[in-house]
Amino acid sequence: MDNRDTLIEVRNLKKFFSIGDNTLKAVNDISFEIKRGETLGVVGESGCGKSTAGRTLLRLYDATGGDVLFEGKSIMNLNNQEMKAMRRNMQMIFQDPYASLNPRMTVGDIIGEALDIHGLATGQKRKERIQELLSLVSLNPEHMNRFPHEFSGGQRQRIGIARALAVEPKFIVCDEPISALDVSVQAQVVNLLEQLQEKMGLTYMFIAHDLSMVKYISDRVAVMYLGKMVELAESDALYEKPLHPYTQALLSAIPIPDPEVERNRERIVLQGDVPSPMNPPSGCHFRTRCPKAMPECAASAPVWKEVEPGHFAACHLYN
Amino acid sequence: MQQLTKEHFEPISVDLRQAEAIKRPSLSFWSDVWRRLKMNKVAMASMIFIVALLVCAIVIPLVTHNDYFTTDLAGKNKKPSAEHWFGTDDLGRDVFVRIWYGARISLEVGLAAAFIDLIIGVIWGGIAGFYGGRVDEIMMRIADILFAIPYLLVVILLMVVLEPGVGTIIIALTITGWIGMARIVRGQMLQLKNQEFVLAARSLGADSNRLIFKHLIPNALGPIIVTLSLTVPSAIFAESFLSFIGLGVAAPIASWGTMSNEGLPAMKYYPWRLMFPAVFISVTILAFNLFGDGLRDAVDPRLRK
Ligand SMILES: Nc1ncnc2c1ncn2[C@@H]1O[C@H](COP(=O)(O)OP(=O)(O)OP(=O)(O)O)[C@@H](O)[C@H]1O
Ligand code: SF4
Ligand SMILES: [Mg+2]
Repeated sequence: MDNRDTLIEVRNLKKFFSIGDNTLKAVNDISFEIKRGETLGVVGESGCGKSTAGRTLLRLYDATGGDVLFEGKSIMNLNNQEMKAMRRNMQMIFQDPYASLNPRMTVGDIIGEALDIHGLATGQKRKERIQELLSLVSLNPEHMNRFPHEFSGGQRQRIGIARALAVEPKFIVCDEPISALDVSVQAQVVNLLEQLQEKMGLTYMFIAHDLSMVKYISDRVAVMYLGKMVELAESDALYEKPLHPYTQALLSAIPIPDPEVERNRERIVLQGDVPSPMNPPSGCHFRTRCPKAMPECAASAPVWKEVEPGHFAACHLYN
Repeated sequence: MQQLTKEHFEPISVDLRQAEAIKRPSLSFWSDVWRRLKMNKVAMASMIFIVALLVCAIVIPLVTHNDYFTTDLAGKNKKPSAEHWFGTDDLGRDVFVRIWYGARISLEVGLAAAFIDLIIGVIWGGIAGFYGGRVDEIMMRIADILFAIPYLLVVILLMVVLEPGVGTIIIALTITGWIGMARIVRGQMLQLKNQEFVLAARSLGADSNRLIFKHLIPNALGPIIVTLSLTVPSAIFAESFLSFIGLGVAAPIASWGTMSNEGLPAMKYYPWRLMFPAVFISVTILAFNLFGDGLRDAVDPRLRK
């Protein structure tokens, strides 16, 4: 896997929102890379900044700081024209299948918009391409004149996938594409994404808050907490030997389908709630809930460090 | 009890394509609105009244043998009759014909004011909401300041500067009238621009023009049209009111407001001179308001009381 080249490199990415006089550090200095053809899973509790990270790295939000490199080229300084061309490479699938499709446009126009913007196809060709994309995501091509409200959540999510695929991207940020769907439909959508990845050599950043689903689909997994990345490793390594106390706690909350093991294992229950991202604890943001917190955890922030080859963590236990 | 054996159970064939078929006829947003509006009897009656009013205001002055300015002092203050359906006024002018000329003025003012409010309001509110931040703050402060100036003061000042007439009334009404529309549009923009479908369009590379005209405005169209339909009656009322207190159109043009004004002193002896214009003002405003309410319910059924 390591011989695959790097497609995306994120360096010290920051996105702060100002709310009144306060600053909300939604994404605070995260760095990682994504290799061509791999799936990087990103997990974390609601509000930890996963969507903001995905959107900032696609330049849907203006980054407060840091850089994003696509195939070695920074996208932060591209002008409008260059950025428009760059957008063909990187797409996004959204969290809410109801809010992510324009209710006033037909499915054909929603998918065709990508073709129109980049002048990829017109007239009969455009229609054929739209129908081809609908078939690709296992939807009936005859439904191209229907409106989004006529479809189910799972079907809508596939329309969103077809829209993203219309520009033939290399990289797709999947922002919790299944968490709004029924369990029975989740597997269908995940399988579709995997098939498409295989067929087209896609690279994914797969955001979720459910660790078990992420393990299934990801090559590597990153864990976020309050705008920071706390651990990043190959998914097997992360699940077998989590280093960061937060990851350990998240993993211990997943039930194991073996009653014997399940009964005897130790469960780490996190104390308290997630602190407000507006006013995070000093030092390590996790220290208010960490069972292993030490005095130095309040004094200074732990550094992001490669603890074992390919296994990164930010925790004073390993600094 | 009947014994159930394995043979009783047969898997039914499931055709996935069949399962995904959509039975309901495809309805666009606006045909859905029209379907709901049609079920609302009050709104439909109001709509029919408004259309009839429009047609009469255009046609009747063209075909009638009476006109609105010829005086006939011998035949003044006549009761309604076959010759003069609504009677005559103190100069012997036919009230029926004057009512329809008045309808022209009322509708002209109502529609023109609504149209100007629409243009200014959508552009102003759209820019403020779309760009947000400092632009928004400055633009909306300007609107707030304009809104705070007493409206009668503006009208009186305008009447001094410009000559009284329909044009002046329209200007007076729209100087502050667009602010309501701007606020509605701005609110819609702020709400819509962070929706995921707008982000999706941006991630596809859509420019501001496409975002505004393909995504934001079409989704804000419902509230815009509802606001528009409620601007018309308030403009008609304002025109009648201004004409009634003598700040409106000048003689010999008839407006429902001026006719009411002239009819007022004669109310005791010649009640039709006040009654007809007053009834027309009330019913017209009522019809527009009821239609606007119905339209609002049809556009957004969640708002129904
Ligand atoms: N446009 C915005 N303006 C201000 N604050 C924002 C904005 N978008 C997100 N935030 C804040 O930034 C933080 C991170 O939000 P984000 O949506 O990235 O979280 P998330 O990890 O995707 O959560 P979820 O799992 O609920 O989707 C939250 O505290 C949120 O309130
Ligand atoms: S740095 Fe300290 S508080 Fe933070 S996770 Fe590690 S041990 Fe816990
Ligand atoms: Mg999110």
